[in-house]
Amino acid sequence: MEANLAITVGIFYAVSIYLMLSKHIIRILLGVAIFSNGVNLTLFTAGRITREVPPIIPVGLDMPDVLTANPLPQALILTAIVISFSLFAFLLVLAFRSYQELGTDNTEGMRIAEPEGEELPPLGY
Amino acid sequence: MAVGTAETVDLSGAMVLAPAPLADWVVVAPVAIPIIFGAFLLMIRHETRLHATIAIVGLLTTLAFNAALLARVLDQGPVVMTMGGWLPPFGISFAADALGASFSFAATLVAVVGAVYAITDIGSVGRRYGFYPFMMLMMAGVGGSFLTGDIFNLYVWFEVFLISSFGMLVLGSERPQLDGTMKYAILNLIGTTFFLIATALLYGAFGTLNMADIVRKADGLRGTAPLMTLAVFYLLAFGMKAAAFPVHFWLPASYHTPRIVTAALFGGVLTKVGVYALLRTEVMLFSPEREVLSGLIGWVAAATMIVGIMGALAQTDIRRVLGFVVISGVGVMLAGLALGTMEGVAGTVFYAFHSMVVMSALYLLAGVMNGIGGTYTLRTLSGLYASHPLVAVFAFLLMLSVAGLPPASGLWPKIMLVEASIEAGSPWLAFAILATGLLTTLALGRVFLLAIWRPAIEKAVPSPTSPTIGYVALGALAVPTLLMGLYPEPFISVAEHAAAGLLDASVYIGSVFPEGVVP
Repeated sequence: MEANLAITVGIFYAVSIYLMLSKHIIRILLGVAIFSNGVNLTLFTAGRITREVPPIIPVGLDMPDVLTANPLPQALILTAIVISFSLFAFLLVLAFRSYQELGTDNTEGMRIAEPEGEELPPLGY
Repeated sequence: MAVGTAETVDLSGAMVLAPAPLADWVVVAPVAIPIIFGAFLLMIRHETRLHATIAIVGLLTTLAFNAALLARVLDQGPVVMTMGGWLPPFGISFAADALGASFSFAATLVAVVGAVYAITDIGSVGRRYGFYPFMMLMMAGVGGSFLTGDIFNLYVWFEVFLISSFGMLVLGSERPQLDGTMKYAILNLIGTTFFLIATALLYGAFGTLNMADIVRKADGLRGTAPLMTLAVFYLLAFGMKAAAFPVHFWLPASYHTPRIVTAALFGGVLTKVGVYALLRTEVMLFSPEREVLSGLIGWVAAATMIVGIMGALAQTDIRRVLGFVVISGVGVMLAGLALGTMEGVAGTVFYAFHSMVVMSALYLLAGVMNGIGGTYTLRTLSGLYASHPLVAVFAFLLMLSVAGLPPASGLWPKIMLVEASIEAGSPWLAFAILATGLLTTLALGRVFLLAIWRPAIEKAVPSPTSPTIGYVALGALAVPTLLMGLYPEPFISVAEHAAAGLLDASVYIGSVFPEGVVP
């Protein structure tokens, strides 16, 4: 089970890195979304996969008597999903606004902040 | 359905049953107070006239609690509080040691001055867009990053200040800002995602996220777990946040685009959070791995210094000059990380204090110069000495400081780092630090020469107005700079205290796990 998930995670990373190497913002954003999902799966796998044993302590005991599923990775993933979703939403709006203002989603055309061929500072006065 | 049983469960094995002493709450105050004030500012979003006053009061309160925390940490050792009363490592611990408490204090000091300067820099539209709430929440995130004792919690605080910083960066929605924010946002998001990957792998190997617990378990896992991979991942992730050489390109693309007070806070505080996280992970958690990587970190440090300052020499816009100076400063701090000796790490910590104060002050100075001369470009900005001699005084002091010349604060940390490099047998690193100092003098000397010394050229005559709030802000930052330069002993002793706590984590572990509690 862990091996299958590890391979899936690898495919996620490969796809996302390929997309993030693109010049187009929208593809980069798709890459970022897949990247953060790959991370969530990594967290899930890192917590070990145990099926069908919820972490519930039987009556009369202080701790569970069998090896149970680990609830912590799910808490971590939940946090990570919330964060990556909100940042992704912000990035989408930002990308749309910059497309409106700058008229391009090609990163090579986005040179407003760092114009090409800027003058050098004066050498004297 | 609840089963009524006669037997009672002994909770003392899992929880702290005694309520936390009132004095311990000081460790969460630097996070809680900015959040409370930030939320309050959000509620009164339309009363823009009140924003500045409330934010300054909030930050001054935070500063007072930070001072109390720092005094207590220096006096009695790390202050620890574990959330929800669960015993560590099950609860999330907040653990303030000398490193975290002193960084948090310095960052809040800079934020107070930033909030004062923002009175003139951020108009009522900017306030209505939420500049001050963003700033308070960013400071909460920064404070949380410095004080948390849990590596996943550190990730959460990173995201808290990151999302607030996006808001501050894009405030105004001008074309260069959108362009700069796009690059800043995407590259920083990828950087923190790398941080999360490393944390996932770390959890898989250690089964714990508490930093003190990680240090305790690391020695037993060294043969089997991929600790080297983790150390490299953290180096990449935090190097990206700190703007170290091959992954620094987001900084010069964005730091000159926002309002100048935003740039001052980012240049002063945010890169230092990256440096702090590097110190915490590489020196405290993965010390033997850092030893192996020290050659690589050394080269990265030297390249960051030289590439950064070379970039500064080629710029015409003062803000862009400063962006590159920030990068070269990060290189100097990485030098101490590469050495990993007591003096080297202490030098890095001291340099970080200096850099927080001086880089913010330089950005604010650029703002004052723009307010008088009407431009940031060195082609036309001129004649400031004739019209505003006080600006020239501040500029000269800050230039000396950032170049590492007496009597200001840059001198001592650089001496410590140069000495540590020579002692550790890396004279080339010492040479890189000194060469960077010389090139910094050239880069900022030219700014001084053209913008201040040069007689006013016809099309850019300085306006005769007096930037009172600018002077107040610059004065408030000039005092700590001079103090660090003229009377460095207390700062050096805090820095050495912090470095000792990192290099030998036993005190830190002892305060998180009192009386050897074994989970």
